[in-house]
Amino acid sequence: MAVEERDYYTGYLTTGHEWNGIKELNTPVPRAVYFFLLIAFVFSVGYWVLMPAWPLGVSYTKGLLGLDQRNIVQDSLKRAAFGRSAWTKQIEAKSFREIQADPALMNIVRQTGRTVFGDNCAACHGLNAQGGHGFPNLTTTSWLWGGDPDAIAETIRVGINSPHPDSRTSQMPAFGHDQILQPADIDKVVAFVRSLSDPSTAKTAKPGDVDAGKEIFAANCAACHGEDAKGNSDVGAPNLTDKFWIYGGDVQTITNTLWNGRQGHMPSWEGRLTPLDRKILALYLFDERMPAP
Amino acid sequence: MFGLHYRLERKAIGLTLGIILVASIGGLVEIAPLFTIHQTVEDAPDMRVYTPLELAGRNIYIREGCYACHSQMIRTLRDEVERYGPYSLAVESKYDHPMLWGSKRTGPDLARIGSKYSDEWHVAHLNNPRDVLSVSVMPAYSWLLKTTLRTDDLGAHLKAQRAVGVPYTDDMIANASKDAYGQAAPESPYADGVTQRYGKATNVRAFDGRPGELTEMDALVAYLQVLGHLTDAAHKSVAKAAR
Repeated sequence: MAVEERDYYTGYLTTGHEWNGIKELNTPVPRAVYFFLLIAFVFSVGYWVLMPAWPLGVSYTKGLLGLDQRNIVQDSLKRAAFGRSAWTKQIEAKSFREIQADPALMNIVRQTGRTVFGDNCAACHGLNAQGGHGFPNLTTTSWLWGGDPDAIAETIRVGINSPHPDSRTSQMPAFGHDQILQPADIDKVVAFVRSLSDPSTAKTAKPGDVDAGKEIFAANCAACHGEDAKGNSDVGAPNLTDKFWIYGGDVQTITNTLWNGRQGHMPSWEGRLTPLDRKILALYLFDERMPAP
Repeated sequence: MFGLHYRLERKAIGLTLGIILVASIGGLVEIAPLFTIHQTVEDAPDMRVYTPLELAGRNIYIREGCYACHSQMIRTLRDEVERYGPYSLAVESKYDHPMLWGSKRTGPDLARIGSKYSDEWHVAHLNNPRDVLSVSVMPAYSWLLKTTLRTDDLGAHLKAQRAVGVPYTDDMIANASKDAYGQAAPESPYADGVTQRYGKATNVRAFDGRPGELTEMDALVAYLQVLGHLTDAAHKSVAKAAR
């Protein structure tokens, strides 16, 4: 800088640094850089004025536009809800039966229901609603707590054995563990229960077990599962005569169920899903069911 | 214009001080005000602290690197709010040391996972995710169910958290190991102490389905089930904004 020496060939000033006779040129910064720097400065001044920017001790400058990301997201949610309102209002107002009779609305229910189901229910009940070990298949006609849309909507709202005050509650007692039944009697009940859904198993069971099991069943199990073992949706007792099992229908699993009891848990969705979403889900699930056999 | 700079460049200490000054502007503007501006952290008088068992679960969450694929931060974006629930508030991470907001989602956000699924589901899913979700790419954490939880050091963990501002009482620190056991054994004599010290809203149950044994699975599921439930400030603030 202080070296006011101009390079002979380029006409630029040198920095005064010299290595074996080679001198460093003090080439000026290109004008374009200054130009963009200036634009950036002007932009930032505008940004400071319009947007929330500078901290001021215990507060901050709010900006002339008054933008707040929290309000923006609320507005966009409201706009989205408004955009859907043409059909959401109809679904909210109409009864399950009326919606089911309206093909256009049911198309929307199928589309939206699939998304809501995928985000919330698929983790347990599977992407295709066919359940898994310990999680009921929702495409069958065998529903623990009733399979009409009203009953499904209520189950979604309160859950099963959940902390919700209106929760559906149900518990299969631990007949073996709590010594309500003797081990030999449990084997007989298992033989009888298996024969209900699959009569061919009666042949391989110990002779007399099925008949003896029937008596023990009538005395201990029929209160919830019913005299005919077809279950009772008032107490969430499953139908034992169909081919659908939540935990499994083999000897080992049924013995395990009788021995240790079962207490399935479904969360309540009242705090998480809107009444509209729950209504759509109930309709979606009712619609997904296989036709009655 | 450059005269000052040319002179500064020749003074090593002056230049160093100048660099430090310029480099700290970003920090001064973005970080320092968070300590003085009250609006940055909302009020939540009902905010609970993690119980020893939940804290142990949180340490397992960190140990297994869950944060590498799961975030705990619902941003103020429409799609996130519609999928996961109310956006995250700063106060919800008030007692998170270190915070586990994460920066990448290979799996879904977990900020509001608490009580969304049943304990049985979490146990089955952590044991082998493919058992419940055939398309899952999450690794299996099958050893959690077989590994006994270490509880003798939980008092020290609570103490360390208190040193950075979490309001654990002496009573909580002294009973940390017992409370960890009691929270996963509702029938045991230690269970009452947990509700007494940490509030009625605390989940007290056999998280892994086996009340007698305290496993790492108990701790991790207890932690996951409390995520988003230490305070309901987020639900309130959304309801307020909606009005």
